[in-house]
Amino acid sequence: MGLSAYLTVGALLFLIGLVMVAARRNLIYVLMGLELILNAANLNLVAFNRFRPGGMEGHLDGQIGAIFVIILAAAEAAIALAIVLNVHSLFETIRPDDIDAMKD
Amino acid sequence: MLALALQHGAEAAGHAAVAGASAAEVFGPSTAAWLLAVPLLPLAAWVLQVCFGRFLPRQGDWLPTGALAAAAVIAIWHFVKVLSVGDPDFALAEAIDLPRWKFFFSDPGLTEGLAGFTAGILYDNVSAAILAMVALVSFLIHLFSTGYMQGDSRYNLFFSNLALFSFAMLALVISDNLLFFFVFWEIMGLCSYLLIGHLAADKEKPKMSAAWASMKAFMTTRIGDICLFIGMMMMFQAFGTLSFSELYQAVESHVAGNGGEWSPWLTGAGVMMFLGAVGKSAQFPLHVWLPDAMEGPTPVSAMIHAATMVSAGVYLTARLYLMLSPTAQLIVAIVGGFTAIFAATIGITQYDIKKVLAWSTISQLGYMICAIGAGGVAAGLFHLLTHAFFKACLFLGSGSVIHGCHHEQDMRQMGGLRKKMPLTYLSMLVSTLAISGVPLFAGYYSKDTIIAKTLERSMAEGSLVWSLPFYLLVAAAAITAFYMFRLIFMTFHGKPRAHCSEHAHESPWNMTLPLLVLGAFAVLGGKVWLLDPLHAVSGGQEPWFLRLVHDPHQFVDHAGAHHAHVTAMSASLAAAAAGILFACLFYLWKRLDPARVAAAFGGVYRLVYDKYRFDELYLATAVRGTMILSAFAAWVDKTFVDGVVNNVGRVMRGLGDASAATDLHVVDGAVNFVGEATVAAGQTVRRFQTGRIQQYAYFTFAGAVVLAAVVLFRVI
Amino acid sequence: MAETVSFFFFAAITIGCALLALLHRNVVNSAFSLLGTLLGLAGFYVMLGADFLAMTQVLIYAGGILVLIIFGLMLTQPDTNERRMGRILAAVAVVGTGALAFWEKIGVATWNAVEVAELGEPGGTVREIGLEFLRRDSWLLPFEFASIVLLAGLVGSVYIARRRFREEEL
Repeated sequence: MGLSAYLTVGALLFLIGLVMVAARRNLIYVLMGLELILNAANLNLVAFNRFRPGGMEGHLDGQIGAIFVIILAAAEAAIALAIVLNVHSLFETIRPDDIDAMKD
Repeated sequence: MLALALQHGAEAAGHAAVAGASAAEVFGPSTAAWLLAVPLLPLAAWVLQVCFGRFLPRQGDWLPTGALAAAAVIAIWHFVKVLSVGDPDFALAEAIDLPRWKFFFSDPGLTEGLAGFTAGILYDNVSAAILAMVALVSFLIHLFSTGYMQGDSRYNLFFSNLALFSFAMLALVISDNLLFFFVFWEIMGLCSYLLIGHLAADKEKPKMSAAWASMKAFMTTRIGDICLFIGMMMMFQAFGTLSFSELYQAVESHVAGNGGEWSPWLTGAGVMMFLGAVGKSAQFPLHVWLPDAMEGPTPVSAMIHAATMVSAGVYLTARLYLMLSPTAQLIVAIVGGFTAIFAATIGITQYDIKKVLAWSTISQLGYMICAIGAGGVAAGLFHLLTHAFFKACLFLGSGSVIHGCHHEQDMRQMGGLRKKMPLTYLSMLVSTLAISGVPLFAGYYSKDTIIAKTLERSMAEGSLVWSLPFYLLVAAAAITAFYMFRLIFMTFHGKPRAHCSEHAHESPWNMTLPLLVLGAFAVLGGKVWLLDPLHAVSGGQEPWFLRLVHDPHQFVDHAGAHHAHVTAMSASLAAAAAGILFACLFYLWKRLDPARVAAAFGGVYRLVYDKYRFDELYLATAVRGTMILSAFAAWVDKTFVDGVVNNVGRVMRGLGDASAATDLHVVDGAVNFVGEATVAAGQTVRRFQTGRIQQYAYFTFAGAVVLAAVVLFRVI
Repeated sequence: MAETVSFFFFAAITIGCALLALLHRNVVNSAFSLLGTLLGLAGFYVMLGADFLAMTQVLIYAGGILVLIIFGLMLTQPDTNERRMGRILAAVAVVGTGALAFWEKIGVATWNAVEVAELGEPGGTVREIGLEFLRRDSWLLPFEFASIVLLAGLVGSVYIARRRFREEEL
């Protein structure tokens, strides 16, 4: 299988994540969608690294980039969930549509 | 043991030419490190004591004391080495390589001219002897303080200040240039301020007179210090160096180039630098601070009077000698001689035991200064050394007396302490004999040499004014013997005259041990005659110090010197005998009544008792003058300077009003317009601010799509 | 052949589970479907010669982040049924249109598609990645920064999520 096959899978994952972020009415879904988007990017990075002209021997920058993405995703998930908990205790809902205190 | 070492050194000095123990063999390469350790140990002790003293056992008093003990051991060890070399021209810098430190005022690239200067260690016979003396006496004073200052509310700080004081003096002695000398000199000024005022900050009962005394000491010596600095700058401007040895050469070649004539400005520079010594060594007319410095605790008095501070002034004068023109030398000699007799007369009339000793110190310093002025540099330094021991002993002894009498200082309240404080009595008696110039005791040899030197100089110069120092000093010798025995008789003989002296007690060992050590030096410091009893009084060999240190100039030939020596010896012996005899008549046998004599001299007695009213004079002239000047300056400040400032303020205010008007109509208009425009724009844009994050996500996606379109399809 | 089969196998798991997560009405089920997606991706990583990354994916995503998400669910008691199919379809339409507008361009990207078979069998990457992270002229500094970021995230999340007392409770 070539590079474009992996890129297609990545693109599909990205789109699903994007729809999840945009359409579901629950903050937890928004977070899950974000994770999907990050994973799609990771898949692209690893695939590009694999199909690097000249082979991947000694050139792992793509994988290392993916590791950094995972690190940041972990930190992001922790903080985002903390925020969600806070939002829940403040507004007693986690529906993004109902949280519009920033409107004015 | 030390006496043995001295004797050994003295013999070695005699054989130096034959044996030729070269300095390079005696002093190893680590000498510089050892010498630096002498001042640096007290410095380290000071740092530690300041930071951690409070938390240490016994409030850390053992730390500076131990550091000084180590410094004393090192200094004496090296002094013994110097003795074993025994070369009058010995200078360590010529024997071995000493480290030198180069300092730059500006660009390190500029190594010439005024851009930088070099500092190093000066270690010759003079500094070796004085370093050993200072370290030893400082150590003994520290040891004494551990007993005397017991129970003080700032015990730890007292010891830290004492350690800094010792550091400054030790470092000063081995500085080879005037700048470093001056730095340590100023540190000593600070320490004297702190220590004289020590009791002023007492937590239970602050002593305000100590605060005034410390301020007086600081300000008075400051006058001298400024003069010293001006003199230093004159030298630096002229010769571009501050190193002692380079200055000697520069002055010598300058005078030689001038046909042997001293330029007036060189005389001026010498006198200016000497004024620094006048301040520090409490010479007339800057003597007023030293008696008041008695407000400090007694160990501090001992420190200032024996080991540090005033010795620094004499040491400076000795180092300056080769830069002094004959005129300046005359000024130095006259100032010293006048101070010697002037202070001695005041000493007769005082009743406070420490004040008597203070005036005696001023008088003895006058001797030293006078000797150096008259060309007897070795004699002056010799007296500095012997005086340090017996004056430290006298001060510590008076401290012991005061301690024993429950802090009573008036001699009229004492009497009969001989039996109650035998060790104190013994050591003080020995020191008194030494200071009075009784044969066999240390002071006899040094004082005798000084008087002989002034006589030699007056013989050589042949002018009336040059013969003055001789007569002044002989008269002062008689008065010295008189008032010192007056002190001993009033304090230790007769019957107790008050409650406090009836219940006196001997001091603990850590106070009496320093007294006995110092007393031993008062006996043996001049000539180690115990090992040489045949030549005890005269003839035979010269005192060890005079064999070690030679005067730079000889004014008379050998026969003349012998003649001067015999005359001076007879005169000073007669003077001492007369002084002691009168003291016995007045105070021991009670054949003469001091009160009636005082009454007979009425006005003169009052004048002397009030110290010639110099304090009042200075208060009326210098202090009042300064006050008036500052009041005038304040008036000028208020009237003119403030007027200018106020008018500038008014103009500025007018400008400000104009500016405000502009601001209100022009700038604010623009700002308001911008603000309104922003609000209008915001009202338009806020429709997009729905507060719903998912809508924002749509917007973001839309933005990304637009950007992608721009990039991929090259829309723009 | 085996490679093609495994590719489609993993692709089916990944995309299928993602769709399930998107569309399921129960949020807990959605979260567990996400687990399938993440594991499928780990499979892709193995196929792409990234063994260390695959391991990390399972450990951190499947093991850590997902547990966090489920914790979040348990603590917030969300509505279990909030699916609005119309909304999702609208979103799919918008996003899909936006994406398809570029498909032409992306599909013919100039990248030379090289078959995996031609690239040779990859070796283990763990040792190499470790060296890369600790070499001074390589990724050491970003690596250290990452630890600072994680620490800040740790402290920050504890701070944000700590219990606050409302006024009536005081």
